[in-house]
Amino acid sequence: MRAYVIRRLLALIPTLFFASVIVFSTVRLIPGDIIDMMIAQNDIAADKTSREQLERALGLDQPIYIQYFRWIGGILLRGDFGSSLWQEQSVIGEIMERLPTTFQLGAMALLVALIVAIPVGVWSAIRQDTWGDYLGRSFSILMLAVPSFWLGTIVMVFPAIWWGISPEVKFVPFREDPVANMLQLALPAVILGTSLSAISMRMTRTMMLEVLRQDYMRTAWAKGMNERTVVVRHALRNALIPVVTLIGLQAPILIGGTVIMEQIFVIPGMGLMLLEAVSRRDYPIITGVFLIVGVAVVLINLIVDLSYGLLDPKVRYR
Amino acid sequence: MSAATDTVALAPRQRGPVATFFIRLIREKPLGAIGAAIFLVFLFCGVFADYLAPYGVNQISPANRLKPPSARFWLGTDHLGRDMLSRILYGAQLSVIIGFAAATLATVISVLLGIVTGYLGGKVDLIVQRLVDAWMSFPELIILIVVVSVLGPGMVQVIFVLGLTFGIGGSRIIRGAVVSVREQMYVHSAQSMGAGTPRILLQHILPNVLPPVIVLFTTRVGAVILVESGLSFLGFGVPPPAPTWGGMLSGTGRTYMYLAPWLALAPGLCLTLVVYGINVLGDAMRDLLDPRMRGSR
Repeated sequence: MRAYVIRRLLALIPTLFFASVIVFSTVRLIPGDIIDMMIAQNDIAADKTSREQLERALGLDQPIYIQYFRWIGGILLRGDFGSSLWQEQSVIGEIMERLPTTFQLGAMALLVALIVAIPVGVWSAIRQDTWGDYLGRSFSILMLAVPSFWLGTIVMVFPAIWWGISPEVKFVPFREDPVANMLQLALPAVILGTSLSAISMRMTRTMMLEVLRQDYMRTAWAKGMNERTVVVRHALRNALIPVVTLIGLQAPILIGGTVIMEQIFVIPGMGLMLLEAVSRRDYPIITGVFLIVGVAVVLINLIVDLSYGLLDPKVRYR
Repeated sequence: MSAATDTVALAPRQRGPVATFFIRLIREKPLGAIGAAIFLVFLFCGVFADYLAPYGVNQISPANRLKPPSARFWLGTDHLGRDMLSRILYGAQLSVIIGFAAATLATVISVLLGIVTGYLGGKVDLIVQRLVDAWMSFPELIILIVVVSVLGPGMVQVIFVLGLTFGIGGSRIIRGAVVSVREQMYVHSAQSMGAGTPRILLQHILPNVLPPVIVLFTTRVGAVILVESGLSFLGFGVPPPAPTWGGMLSGTGRTYMYLAPWLALAPGLCLTLVVYGINVLGDAMRDLLDPRMRGSR
C-alpha cells in the first residue's frame, strides 16, 4: 500500500509540472499584450505607473524561462502567488478566504448528485425495462441537456413572480450562522447536483446490470437472501467502483458549475473571485485561481484512486 | 460494403451506407431518430435564419417593449422591443456556426493527436499523454474564461479555444480506438509489405477508427453549444448585441425577466431541446456504429 501511494505521488510530478506550464503560458504566451490591455482599460495605469514599472511588477522584463522559474519557485518555496494588481492583497490570502465556500458548495452538490443518482440508478437496473426504469433514464438524459444556468435562472424568476419569494442576496458566512449558510447554499447545490447526477445515474445503472448477471449474484439469490441484502451488500458494493471513478472525472465539471452558480446566486467563492478578477484583468489572481483549480482536480483524482481499497477488498495495491 | 448486404432482405435494391444508417436508426432507435429530427430542424433554422426570421435581429421597436407572445410576436419581445423569435432563430445560426466550427477543429485535433500517439506509442505517447492529463484537469469553462480574459471576447476566440480544449480531451478516445486497431492483422501485413507510416495511418488506421470519430464529432457539437452558452451567460462569449442563447439569459435582459417571464423561457428551452436531440442521436449512433463504445460517454 505504501509503495503504491509513493508511486502515485511520484506520477503526479509530471502532471502537475505540465499543469503549471499550461497556466503560466496561457496568460503570457497568448498573442495580445497584457500591458496594452491594462493601460487601455484602466486610466490609472497610464499616469501613475509607467509601462516599465508595470512590466517589472509583472516580471515581464525577464526571459520567459526565468519568469517561469521565479513564478513557480515563489509558489513552491514560499506559497507566494504574487499580489493583486489593484488591491494590496496577497493572492493566496484571498484564495484561502474564498476556497472553503466553493469547496462547501461543491461538496453539497456532489452529495445531492449521489443521493439522486445511486438509488435511481439501482432502481432502474433491478427493475429494468419497467416504467420506473424509463422514467429514471429519461430524466437523466434530459438533465444532461438542461444548462444549469438556465435552471438557476428559472428557479430565481418564477417563484418571485408567482409567490414573491426570492433568495437572500446577502451572503451569510458559515462561521456566523451555519444553518442560514447551509440553507442559502442548498438551492444552488440542488441545481448543480441534479444536473451532475445524470452521468452517475447512467453509470450506476450500467454497472448494476453487469453485476446482477454475475455468478455470485445467482448464488446469493439461491441462498434465499432477501432482495435488500442481495442488492445492497452484494451488487451495489461491486457496482460502485466505476461510479466513484466517475466522481473524479466529474470534478472539472463540478468546479465549472460552481463558477456559474456563484455568479447567479452571488456566492463569494473562488468562481466569483475569478470572474471579478477577469473584469479587472487582475492577472496574478487569474493565474492563481487557474492553478489552484487544476491542482485541486489532480488531487481529487488521486484521492479517488486511493479510495478504491476501502470500497473493494479485491483491489490490492502493489 | 458489407453493411449493404445486411439489409438485402429488407431492401430490394442496394443502398449506400448513409441511407442504410438512417433506415437502421428509424427502425432500431426511434429515440435516436427523434434526436436526428431535432438536430436537422435546428440546422435548418440556423442555415436559413435570414429567410425565416420575421424581423431583423437587432431591429429595435420602442413602442413594442416587453410584449407577451402574440400572433404578431410569436415569442414576445424584449426590453428594447426586439422580436424574440427572430433573435432565437439568429441565435440558432450562431450556435450552428460555433458548434460546427469548434467541433470540426476539435475532431481534427483529436484525430491527429490520437492517431499519431496511439500508433507510434513509446516516449512521444508517454509525454503527450501526461500533457493531456494536465490539460484535462482544467475545467473547459475556466480555460475559456482565462483565455478570453487575455484575448478579449469574440467568436473566433471562442471557436479556437473550444476546439483546442475539446480536441485535446477527445484525443484519448481516438487513441484508444487506434491502439486496438494497431494490432489488427491487416495493419501488420501492411507493415510487413513495407508500407510507410503515413500510408498506414491514412489508408489502414483512419478508415477503421472512423465510427468513433463520427460519434465524437456529433456529441462535440452538443457539448460546444452547451459550454458556449455558459460562457455567453457569464458575459465572456460573443459580445452583445449578438443574439447568443446564453447571452439572452444574462445581462440587462435578466432584470426584465420578472416583468416578462417569456424572456427566460425561450432561449433555455431551445438550448435544452437541441442539446437533448444531439445527445440521444449521439447515443444511438454509438450503439449502431461502434459497439465497443457502448455505455461510455
